[in-house]
Amino acid sequence: MKKIPIKALPARAPDSDVQRAVRALALAHAARPGPLLPILHAVQDQFGHVPAEAVPVIAEVLNLSRAEVHGVVSYYHHFRSEPAGRVLLQLCQAEACQARGASELAREAEKIAGCPMHATHPDGSISLEPVYCLGLCAMGPAVMVNGRPQARVTPSRLAGLIGGRRP
Amino acid sequence: MSGSPAMQTVRVFIPRDSAARAVGADELALALLKEVERLGLSLEIVRNGSRGLFWLEPLLEVETPEGRVGFGPVGVEDLPGLVASGAFDPERAASITHPLALGRVDELPYLRQQQRLTFARMGLIDPLSLSDYEAYGGWVGLRQAASLSGEAIVQQVLDSGLRGRGGAAFPAGIKWKTVRAAAGPQKYVVCNADEGDSGTFSDRMTMEGDPYLLIEGMAIAALAVGASQGYVYVRSEYPDAIETLTEAIARATDAGWIGDGVAGTGARFQLEVRKAAGSYVCGEETAMLESIEGKRGIVRAKPPLPAIAGLFGCPTVINNVITFASVPVVLTRGPEFYRDFGVGRSTGTLPFQLAGNIRYGGLVERAFGVTLRELVFDIGGGTASGRPVKAIQVGGPLGAYVPQSRWDEPLSYEAYAAMGATVGHGGVVVHDDTADLAKLARYAMDFCAIESCGKCTPCRIGSTRGVEVIDRIVKAPDEQARAQQVDLLRDLCDTMVHGSLCAMGGMTPFPVLSALDHYPQDFGLDATRGSDAIHQSKQGVRARAAVTPSQET
Repeated sequence: MKKIPIKALPARAPDSDVQRAVRALALAHAARPGPLLPILHAVQDQFGHVPAEAVPVIAEVLNLSRAEVHGVVSYYHHFRSEPAGRVLLQLCQAEACQARGASELAREAEKIAGCPMHATHPDGSISLEPVYCLGLCAMGPAVMVNGRPQARVTPSRLAGLIGGRRP
Repeated sequence: MSGSPAMQTVRVFIPRDSAARAVGADELALALLKEVERLGLSLEIVRNGSRGLFWLEPLLEVETPEGRVGFGPVGVEDLPGLVASGAFDPERAASITHPLALGRVDELPYLRQQQRLTFARMGLIDPLSLSDYEAYGGWVGLRQAASLSGEAIVQQVLDSGLRGRGGAAFPAGIKWKTVRAAAGPQKYVVCNADEGDSGTFSDRMTMEGDPYLLIEGMAIAALAVGASQGYVYVRSEYPDAIETLTEAIARATDAGWIGDGVAGTGARFQLEVRKAAGSYVCGEETAMLESIEGKRGIVRAKPPLPAIAGLFGCPTVINNVITFASVPVVLTRGPEFYRDFGVGRSTGTLPFQLAGNIRYGGLVERAFGVTLRELVFDIGGGTASGRPVKAIQVGGPLGAYVPQSRWDEPLSYEAYAAMGATVGHGGVVVHDDTADLAKLARYAMDFCAIESCGKCTPCRIGSTRGVEVIDRIVKAPDEQARAQQVDLLRDLCDTMVHGSLCAMGGMTPFPVLSALDHYPQDFGLDATRGSDAIHQSKQGVRARAAVTPSQET
């Protein structure tokens, strides 16, 4: 009788450089209870965003579906699927800062940056995002520039804060 | 001044609180170091927590024989002048005349008008110094707890009347008792540090300025209920809090206060920081549990209560930062001491946070029973803009706008619930007369649309419809069309209040309806009409508040 060969599962495509790094990060946290958020933070800290190619690797390490991992990445405002501009300007738009002119500051920021809120400048130099409370509510309006909180921000101070960092 | 070796080292304090850093405290400390080298001064800079007097930040303090003398707000450019006038000479610091001189900081009226129990150490110590913490009364509560049975600890917390400070005001002792009695192979203590409410920063200040206090409170909870693992879920918007708290946990573990043997007992309690990821609704306790477990932050239906089946299905104590931070003083001074502060069933103190358009914004810890007028005017000095106060939002984005007629109401959970408002997490956001309450009501709906987890339709869809309806009210061509849209908005709010699982959808109507009821002119309505409708909406909100302690912990 002719032997029917058992078809092997297709071999996993070899990891890209990014995927290799993601796999190492995922494995480092995999044994912790509830490892997914710590892994995503680690990936974003390293790459500045969570690249699409990271999702299947994380899913495989944690034995989750890609949909589950994608669902978590897309649920949280903090995780971004695309890289931000070289300057990430997050402007608090919550009530306490609104009471100190946060909306007006956001309009100023759009002028200075040359791109609207929720967007990255086409040259990749800057991204503008709203954020809802930085805990600096007694000294508004507050912003965060590349992760550093800044308070009592006036338009001229804002120009100084981001101007010096743009090419 | 000279750098002679006989001269004693002067201790100077410049806060490391992120609010102080956000206005140049790091640059100030660096500049002072350079100045010290240049002039050969004998000076030690301590990076303390913030005193919570934010209009004075960066607040520089010089230790003198008479106490700490303050200068603020100090910019780098002020340093040469301060040096020249003798600010860094302990013998002269208190008496020099300089525009930034504040005299003895303890004597400032802002601090003298407070009753700081939870925030007793705030701004006084180097937040990461274990010896500072102990010297200022730290670990006494935990030592006391270590000598008691779990049941006795729970009883003390029950007797103190301490209620959850995150917003829902559920009695902490009852929660702890439930977890203690629950059977489970593993129990957890989880701290909700997802302080997302605009106008609040007391959790952040605690984690950055007195992190061992939170650790001590959580360790006491762990001993009380028999939990061996704890998590602190901190917002990603608080990078400094995460860093300081992580370091504090490592040091407290090394020193044996937590870890394999809590304060000399055989009890094990490991503590870990979990970084959140920018979802407001994860401040709701069950959404937070989902997030720690690595899922989307979708609210769970209750029951089961987290006290019975919480994190990873195990019995879990969940409290807010300030709730845990209030426990050590209960154990240290006794439940009666704590209970004697406050009014009625709102016992103890609350660290209020004065924010928004306010002249003297900051942290004001007072016993319940203080009025909004005292907080905002007597202590807070009115608006920063100098214009009249128009509206005050109490309790975060889900809290009501409290109109002038209610500013003399003593602040307590009961009194605020009765008027369709909430004390929440103690945030007080002041708006001057340029504020447009229709715009703020629209924002409340918009924020709900952005942050809704999507589980409940009234919250997910209703919030977007709410934005549209408010737009139509404001742009209505005539009075009849406007009245029709107002009816629609009230109806929608009613559906959201009664058809949402958690406070996100259930309480967004608080700010919306309070704005509509008390500032109808901003919506283009005749201010002299519509009081019947006001009562209607309050009834709805009150019914909800009575049934569900929603925004948990």
